[in-house]
Amino acid sequence: MKIKLFGPATIAAATALAIAVPPAMAQSPIKVGFVTTLSGSQAAIGEDMRRSADLAREHLGGKMGGRPFEIIYEDDSFKPDVGKQKSEKLVQQDKVDFVTGYIWSHVLLASLKPVTDEADTILVSANAGPSKIAGELCNKNFFSTSWQNDQTPMAMGEYLQKKGVKSLYLMAPNYAAGKDMMAGVKRTFKGQIAGEDYTKWPDQLDFSAELAKIRAAKPDGVFIFYPGAHGVQFLTQYSQSGLKGQIPLYQVFSVDAITLPQQKDLALGILGAQEWVNDLPNDQNKRFVADFKKKHGTYPSFYGAQSYDAIMLMASAAEALKGDLSNKDKVRAEMKKANFKSVRGDFKFGNNNFPIENFYIQDTVKDASGMLTLKTVATAMTAAVDPFASQCPMK
Amino acid sequence: MEYLLLQILNGVQLGLLMFLLAAGLTLTFGIMDLVNLAHGSLYMMGAYIAWTLIAWTDSFVLGALLTLPATFVLGIVVERVVARRLYARDHLDQVLATFGLILFFNELVRVIWGPAGKSIAVPRFLAHTIEIMPGAPYPAYRFAIIVVGAAVALLLAWLVARTRVGMLIRAGASNRRMIAALGINIELLFSLVFGLGAVFAALAGLMAAPVTSVKIGMGDDILILAFVIIVIGGIGSIKGAFVAAMLVGQIDIIGRAFLPDMLKTFLSPSAAASAAPSISQVLVYVLMAGVLIWRPTGLFGQRN
Repeated sequence: MKIKLFGPATIAAATALAIAVPPAMAQSPIKVGFVTTLSGSQAAIGEDMRRSADLAREHLGGKMGGRPFEIIYEDDSFKPDVGKQKSEKLVQQDKVDFVTGYIWSHVLLASLKPVTDEADTILVSANAGPSKIAGELCNKNFFSTSWQNDQTPMAMGEYLQKKGVKSLYLMAPNYAAGKDMMAGVKRTFKGQIAGEDYTKWPDQLDFSAELAKIRAAKPDGVFIFYPGAHGVQFLTQYSQSGLKGQIPLYQVFSVDAITLPQQKDLALGILGAQEWVNDLPNDQNKRFVADFKKKHGTYPSFYGAQSYDAIMLMASAAEALKGDLSNKDKVRAEMKKANFKSVRGDFKFGNNNFPIENFYIQDTVKDASGMLTLKTVATAMTAAVDPFASQCPMK
Repeated sequence: MEYLLLQILNGVQLGLLMFLLAAGLTLTFGIMDLVNLAHGSLYMMGAYIAWTLIAWTDSFVLGALLTLPATFVLGIVVERVVARRLYARDHLDQVLATFGLILFFNELVRVIWGPAGKSIAVPRFLAHTIEIMPGAPYPAYRFAIIVVGAAVALLLAWLVARTRVGMLIRAGASNRRMIAALGINIELLFSLVFGLGAVFAALAGLMAAPVTSVKIGMGDDILILAFVIIVIGGIGSIKGAFVAAMLVGQIDIIGRAFLPDMLKTFLSPSAAASAAPSISQVLVYVLMAGVLIWRPTGLFGQRN
């Protein structure tokens, strides 16, 4: 309740007299709103993000730029309208300094305007990267610690092109991200597209009709995008249909630390693309993965790594401004510098506030203790800029 | 040719699964005049109970067989505690109360089994493919769904057409008041029908589980389709539910398997690929509208 005493006007006044009243400033906490899916079939992803963001808070000693900070988690229930509502609640009622999270592109697109435009609050997407926000709708209040949707499949396509795969069958769910993923792989893979199927999202769980089509089309490879629980279902049915072992499967976002315990050995040998893998050899990453494993007994997922980075990015801006976030222009300028150690190694922002980063090819293997995990096997793209950056008018 | 056969089998498998779910729904609606939105929750409970029992017995078949009496008891309890109080009330009250049941069951599952989904592995002896025709392998497990589904459909047909209980069920569906007036223990009949419906829903849920997965709200998506089926088939008619489920299964597969290619003849490939799922989603409702115009009480419904 103490917080209520310091409304925005009070804080602004206090800032003007910053030197005179630093103790009061230092005590009011920085608030971070975190919108993710914490219920329903995809709740495991939200849980992984929450654990990683909490770990980032722990690593920061609970402080950003000398001020304590708190993370307020909200459940979007995997629905755009609920996500929008929760985002509005965070900026209007809780008056948070940053909003982050967002697994799903359709949830992010619904929530963007109320946060960045109506409330002039900085939003850091820790996962979703719909093409619109990278291009024409790019926004000074929007930052990403993940990728633009097209990029990961582009990396996969590039790898398959180099590998000499002749024809590819594409499958993805029918929503904003699914369309971006299909477009992405087609940007770099120049071979024949043996067929493409969009499936109903999120309620189609049976892929029998599509698998029969794949069998008839006889492609060299199958490319899929089925995040979370759907990836488990797809792999199960792919193997039940007898296609596994006949036609190699390539994936983006369909095999990760969250789905592996359910996919088990079915995931072995299935290559995927990702901008972060748990074995990337930098100190920040080693610390993140080791501490996460010690606490929860499992490997963190890329969703978690991106959430960890999102908190660290905010902390870097707060650090540079000594905890004074009242001047939005200054905060944005500091955010843009990306002056923090990302768990993925080199990290900087492009003109549209999306990262310029590397993409790796990962394989599923067993670690020393027999636990399934992902391992980097190749670098598919270095310092990649997303294809929509040129359509964004920002500099 | 092989391709066509595989797709027809896919449609039959989906249809049989839907039939199991629709059979219980059409009976409770037809006989007790109860709109039971929570029927999908029984489907979900079947899958979760099966998950527990399979883990406990370490055998898919044993666990699945134990699930059936367990869900029968669950069905009876739901009938005695909640459903029974709703028969005399109007449909809006029933919708409200059974919607409450959905929320209750979803929360119950979250408390007992946690928010993350569970997966049931395909039993080892069915984890291979069967060559239906040379060059047309079909997953043995899906084939088993077809066999079990067809067997249950036959059993149900026999039960309804040839036994005394079936006679009462049919009588109840056509004139509820009359059989009560004739001194039949209607309370017992209602309990029995509700329990039976729960068993069929649970069977559908546990058989679908290894193909999809066990998760909260898994019955809610599929319930709407089950309602469409009983409306197409005619409320209270098992035969109607069967025919309609088969039709809906085939239409769903046609929409997914053949529609994109048909659309490609006059649309660009990517436009066709993204339009097809939306159109195929609507097809079943178009069928329902068509049937209702032609026969307002459904294909096999009672005509007044």
